[in-house]
Amino acid sequence: MPAPVIDNWSKPFWDAARERRFMLPRCTDTGRCFFPPAPVSPFTGRPAVDWVSSPGEGTLWSFVVFHQKYFDGFRTPYPVVMVKLDEGPSFLANLRGATAGELAIGQRLRIVFDAEENGITMPQFEIIR
Amino acid sequence: METPNISTAWPLRDKTAFAGIGTSAFGSFPESDSYGLGCAALNAALDDAGLKPSDIDGLIVNRIPSYERFSEMMGINPQYCLLTEAPGRFSGVSLSLAMQAVATGAAKTVALVYGNNGRSVRMKYGGGDSQWSPWGMTSPGAIHAMMWRRHMHEYGTTHADLGWVAEAFRHHACLNPDAVMHGKPITREDHATARPICEPLALLDYCLINDGAVAWIITSAERAADLRRPPVLISGYARQDNFTYGSAPPTDFWQSNLGAVRDQIYTRAGIGRDELQGLGIYDNFTPTVLFSLEGLGFCKPGEGGDFVRDGTLRLGTGRWPTNTSGGHLSNSYMQGWEIIAECVRQLRGDGGARQIPDCHAMQYICATNIAQSVILRRG
Repeated sequence: MPAPVIDNWSKPFWDAARERRFMLPRCTDTGRCFFPPAPVSPFTGRPAVDWVSSPGEGTLWSFVVFHQKYFDGFRTPYPVVMVKLDEGPSFLANLRGATAGELAIGQRLRIVFDAEENGITMPQFEIIR
Repeated sequence: METPNISTAWPLRDKTAFAGIGTSAFGSFPESDSYGLGCAALNAALDDAGLKPSDIDGLIVNRIPSYERFSEMMGINPQYCLLTEAPGRFSGVSLSLAMQAVATGAAKTVALVYGNNGRSVRMKYGGGDSQWSPWGMTSPGAIHAMMWRRHMHEYGTTHADLGWVAEAFRHHACLNPDAVMHGKPITREDHATARPICEPLALLDYCLINDGAVAWIITSAERAADLRRPPVLISGYARQDNFTYGSAPPTDFWQSNLGAVRDQIYTRAGIGRDELQGLGIYDNFTPTVLFSLEGLGFCKPGEGGDFVRDGTLRLGTGRWPTNTSGGHLSNSYMQGWEIIAECVRQLRGDGGARQIPDCHAMQYICATNIAQSVILRRG
């Protein structure tokens, strides 16, 4: 499985994930969250950015099911969901606790965390039942 | 977006022209590479224009690793030279750079050479490290699959709508003896039952991966008029970028930046939509064709499925023959370069069995984060 690209800007996100917390970067001038993490706010271009804790909840925007294998560690077919987080940005991840057949656009999903593996704790989505 | 000022003509309208086009063969050529294929395409374009390598004073290469090595091979010592980025949106960008170079006097005659041996090197358009690869989310096809499922949800389009696109372009490839899929017709049933690659898209929604090369020679309209073939004028070019999608698939199917292109292109070209005889649309995946048609205003947002139904894009039956050489889906995956060359062929009347009758003006559209359109007309 490919490891996440962890740089100076995304390190706080992955550090929080290891503690099973979902954190988002926020523009302190506009109050809006964004993703992926960056040195500046995409809304102002200024480095006025802090981090906020998020419940990791959002609405299913769309999803796909991969049948083509691109990476070791993924058994096909597997879904990838694209969720519009309540804070605004989109986040893409895999689905836990359900199959792709149970997905419907507009559903509410929330972040859950996989068990730590090789020092990485992966955020994933589950359907809010 | 601002309303274009129609009292001021776009300064590049009809100032530059295609003086020559050429291609290599398309298929699998492990005995060559992007240099060898690029040289074959450039020689074909030089012969087409009636020019020699020493007549070329500008060079843009794409997917050929080094402009220095390519220039050395062809014996070209230009006064303007660059290598452009690999994604297919850079076919149109490269064209615009050549137009600007000619218009500003940076070069008189620019050769643009694209070479790709993706088939022989087993190029995979996916994998690698990127933002979403830890979740297995990779490949341009998956991004389009994500958008297409949303499009179906929002507008009631269906996967069967895409079958009209795949079938029309394959029909065109069957009229084109140079196409990779020549002699291999498909039906909409074949499209519907093809194996899934990234659902909701399946094999026949995806472009080919093949080896090949395309070259264009761009010069001023005046110089082109003195060369061997009838010039094809570049009447209009418009572009709008949108990089604000947060690394995720765009949630508006690129309608925002395509809309800005729509608001400029016809005014810049001085040619209205109704005056066009055919289209070239960047078809990396079937949904892109619908996004392009919606974004450029051929139909309303969400109505792309209705628009292509009953063969609107099919030569001989539809008002809008599109990708008459077969496109990326069925002719050759030359990332826009061959689709633009086909527009030139049509305007010269070189289309053979796939000629659009009485063809005077053609439009190229590329729906991506660098949305672009080009209008070409017979000189």
